[in-house]
Amino acid sequence: MKVSEIIEKLDLKVYSGQKGLDREISGGYVSDLLSDVMGNAREGEVWITLQVHHNVMAIASLKDLAAVILVNNLEPQENTVRHSDDENIPVLGTNLSTFEIAGKLYQLFNQ
Amino acid sequence: MKLLFTIQGGDFTRAGHPSSEVKKVLKQLDIDGKTIKNIVIALYEAEVNVVAHAWKGTVSVEIEENKITIWVSDEGPGIADIELAMQAGYSTASKEVREMGFGAGMGLPNMKKNTDELHIESEVGIGTKVKMVNYFS
Repeated sequence: MKVSEIIEKLDLKVYSGQKGLDREISGGYVSDLLSDVMGNAREGEVWITLQVHHNVMAIASLKDLAAVILVNNLEPQENTVRHSDDENIPVLGTNLSTFEIAGKLYQLFNQ
Repeated sequence: MKLLFTIQGGDFTRAGHPSSEVKKVLKQLDIDGKTIKNIVIALYEAEVNVVAHAWKGTVSVEIEENKITIWVSDEGPGIADIELAMQAGYSTASKEVREMGFGAGMGLPNMKKNTDELHIESEVGIGTKVKMVNYFS
């Protein structure tokens, strides 16, 4: 499944990193603790979080994540957007809570 | 091959820069993906520790044929009890740092888990020196 497909199916907003919409997704990871993501997320996963600052992109890039989904209508900070565009890793958004969007993504993956 | 970076305490905007550069170099050298992932995790955590706790620091990297050695040295408050600091969940990070999602007490355990050798020397009020070694498979 590609990033563009989950955008369509989960009605996600695209904030940045449009060039990365073709990235292939291997799964998802949910955490707001950066060291947890650093230690345990795997390449190609979509990261669901409420953190909006620039270090989110540093981690997404170091871990080769497919995309980041910000929950609860949160918006990325300006330097997060810039870094996302540089790395071609999309930052996406939803008005849903972490619980709801994680549940929907999980369902998509296990259809 | 040797690489040298400086880190400014408190400057989270630059955290991850040395790890990102080291990752690029190791990819060019065709080091296996798993080893690169381990090194990047350990180095990123070490960088964040300097940014979150110390005043300033350096990252010095030496890449040899069979291994990579990374020294992260800082001028900072030091670690009073290294054994305690190594325990998962133990943290002295500030409220601001925790709100950013750091300071969960996972950094040093992550470094231990992802290196073949980890040595920490610290003097309270002076600073901390971390040496990490990973062997290439």
